[in-house]
Amino acid sequence: MFGTGLLKGLGVTFKHLVDTYKDDMQSTPARYQGSDDRGKGLKVIDQPVDQEGLLTIQYPEERRLLPERFRYIPMLIWDTETDEERCTACGICAKVCPPQCIWITRATDEAGKPVTRPQDFFIDATICMSCNYCVEFCPFDAIKMDHDAELASFERFPHLVYDKGELTVPLDYYAALWPTQYAEEQERRAQEAAEARAKEEAKAARATTKAVKKEEEEAPAPEAKLSRAEELKQKAMERARQRRAAQG
Amino acid sequence: MSDIVAPTATMAGPLDVAGTLALVQEALPDAKPVSAGPTDYLEVAPDQLIEALQVLRDQGGCDLLSSITCTDYLSYQGRARAKDGPRFEVVYHLYSTAQGGDCVVLHVPVDDGEPLPTATPVYPGANLQEREVWDLYGLVFEGHPNLRRILLWDGFEGHPMRKDWHEAYYEEDQKPFRSRHPRADFARSEDKVPWGKNTRYPADWDPDDWQEPVTYVPVSQDPRHRNGTGDHLSTESVVVNLGPHHPSTHGVFRMVVRIEGETVIALEPDMGYLHRNHEKIGERNTWLMNMPFTDRLDYINSMSNNWGYALAVEKLMGLEVPERAEYLRVIMAELSRIVNHLWSIGFILNDLGALQTPALYAIEEREMILDLFESVSGARMMCNYLRFGGVHRDLPAGWAERARYVAHERLPRALDQLDDLLSGNEIVNTRGRGVGYLSAEQLISLSVTGPMIRAAGVPYDIRRCEPYGVYDRFDFDIPTLPHSDVYDRYYIRLLEARESVRIVQQALAGLPEGDILAGKGGYVFRPPEGEAYGRVEGPKGELGFYLVSDGKPNPYRYHIRAPSYINLNALAPMTVGYKVADAIVILGAIDIVLGEVDR
Ligand code: SF4
Ligand code: SF4
Repeated sequence: MFGTGLLKGLGVTFKHLVDTYKDDMQSTPARYQGSDDRGKGLKVIDQPVDQEGLLTIQYPEERRLLPERFRYIPMLIWDTETDEERCTACGICAKVCPPQCIWITRATDEAGKPVTRPQDFFIDATICMSCNYCVEFCPFDAIKMDHDAELASFERFPHLVYDKGELTVPLDYYAALWPTQYAEEQERRAQEAAEARAKEEAKAARATTKAVKKEEEEAPAPEAKLSRAEELKQKAMERARQRRAAQG
Repeated sequence: MSDIVAPTATMAGPLDVAGTLALVQEALPDAKPVSAGPTDYLEVAPDQLIEALQVLRDQGGCDLLSSITCTDYLSYQGRARAKDGPRFEVVYHLYSTAQGGDCVVLHVPVDDGEPLPTATPVYPGANLQEREVWDLYGLVFEGHPNLRRILLWDGFEGHPMRKDWHEAYYEEDQKPFRSRHPRADFARSEDKVPWGKNTRYPADWDPDDWQEPVTYVPVSQDPRHRNGTGDHLSTESVVVNLGPHHPSTHGVFRMVVRIEGETVIALEPDMGYLHRNHEKIGERNTWLMNMPFTDRLDYINSMSNNWGYALAVEKLMGLEVPERAEYLRVIMAELSRIVNHLWSIGFILNDLGALQTPALYAIEEREMILDLFESVSGARMMCNYLRFGGVHRDLPAGWAERARYVAHERLPRALDQLDDLLSGNEIVNTRGRGVGYLSAEQLISLSVTGPMIRAAGVPYDIRRCEPYGVYDRFDFDIPTLPHSDVYDRYYIRLLEARESVRIVQQALAGLPEGDILAGKGGYVFRPPEGEAYGRVEGPKGELGFYLVSDGKPNPYRYHIRAPSYINLNALAPMTVGYKVADAIVILGAIDIVLGEVDR
């Protein structure tokens, strides 16, 4: 019959209207259930999968609760447990980055020798394609994905080229943003540390038996090497602390 | 509508590739069989190409010339090839839509400057692809009806896919670039040339007196064109631009149409506004780096794009994928097909003049699916979820339950509602039925794939005729419709979305436990030398990736057979003879995404 299409179309719209209205008449409409009310109309909405009626979210007053895995621009982790940055300037992230938007300078000690810390670390947010590879392949859990997606600025350069200061966040921030992954990671790290310790101890034990065996030969080398590495690490930590203090 | 039947497809049995190649060899004793990794192909001299194609079409049953592309072997570093062979090889992939199965591959070696004959008389669908090869490689196809640049403009210097062509701000041939670590002496391109003079023009070319030759639109492609025959009011035809602004034409795309009154008498698609030479970027990238780039092709379907690429690389490397990962891939790809079909139905309505409201209703459910994508992969659209040998991450807690709710409750209801609302609608019927007709044979000869040919009654679906992943384990139909018009192209998408819902339901129910990634993982891949063509049934048609490896960490050749692009072959033949307003919806019913057309 002529006109049924029109009536049907209006019917669908009307049904949406009624659904939304019904929903709005509840003390807490379905779309606000389980949402985080920040006052003054600001809400973070965890949209339920069975929501009917209006699906629209009134951005920017209302925002979606982002899932843990949401990825945007990477951030660098400042390990508050050891009070140093985790990044060792190994450069893997710069290598795997598809648009090549990470660039890193490795720090050097007073003698000009490179150390395992980044002097500087840039990510060009205008080029980053949020692909997650840097995070996926970093062997030191030093770079993670931030959820902050509201980066708009009036100038493209240099505001959107982030340096190390802008990229670094404390571990707790990451732990709060990625609770599940953080828990898994901590477990793995603890396990790895335990394994490393066990290995170290076994090695030390072997070394002593060896030393006993070859007492007359007298080989002091491993001892000296260890302390040299220790020294470097101390220095790096010290500098990191200083830099952090300087950055406020 | 219940009066339309949707029969289940049956295939005549897979194409006998070796036998078909033998047919060509019998006819052309000079053709040389070559084996390159997982692919066997025939090397044919340029002057024998047409004969070979004729044999394949007429005796071999290969009615679909799926892909034409080219490789420049200038800097090839593998050992499997003689160094002194011709520089270029043009590659043809052919399939049989009646039998399904694997492809027949032909290579035509040519030197720089050596012409080769056009395949358009045998397969009209070679049109756009040969123009692309001319544009990007500078190879001349003799006898091509319209050999002009297609993705680039006339003021572009050189042919950018040649290995010795370098872009402005060229840094290095292959990533990772050495300047990024550990000294970071990297400078942004913008800083090198603040007011960027990065354009070069061909030598004899002046931008100031260049005028776009609109005269190339022929006076008439239409046999029904009656201008000046005297039995009608004598009118003059005019050329009109539709586009290239965004909303009316699905992205930055232009149709140059010659109209007489309101009737389209000739049409030329004009594209390339989003061209970024994706394939050149792909050859600079490492194998893994390309994965997130494939997201940006057809940006509505990043999941199935990922799959196409992963499939081709896995073929090349001989990687097996764990079962759980296969299921996850199916779930993601089918959800993304539903998203795509909802969008495309919404857009067809948009193009019929029902601006935005139906489209927004159609994509309501899409939000729920994108939420699912986001919580598993971290992004709604640029998912970058697949890896070679599996997927990136396992499902988070509660995901499967949510997905089940969406697949069992929301999607069937939403699709029923769309069906109820649109299929009987007078406007959809009067504007859709009988508009944009092309016969199945014509569509196939124009290399069209996907929902368009299924709406013409051809049950050709790669998930059925050359099953990949675990598609052979699910119970689903390949719906077909008989009329090959805009209405059927709308309705087939609804039917296909329903089948996808069925597949998602089954895959969620049968999702096994286990690993999600095979192989060592890592970021350096060196597939053994050879070439592979991997294809998936993308929501828009056959999405294929043609890859050549020379055993190095970067792909030597990375080509995409983009269904949106190749389906545009049919745009002009489909539109001519209809009204201008129909042209919009005919384009809409092809369902293109310009990220993929222009690459
Ligand atoms: S962030 Fe990770 S991968 Fe990148 S340089 Fe630092 S430690 Fe290496
Ligand atoms: S997310 Fe991807 S593009 Fe962005 S910095 Fe990391 S690797 Fe590079």
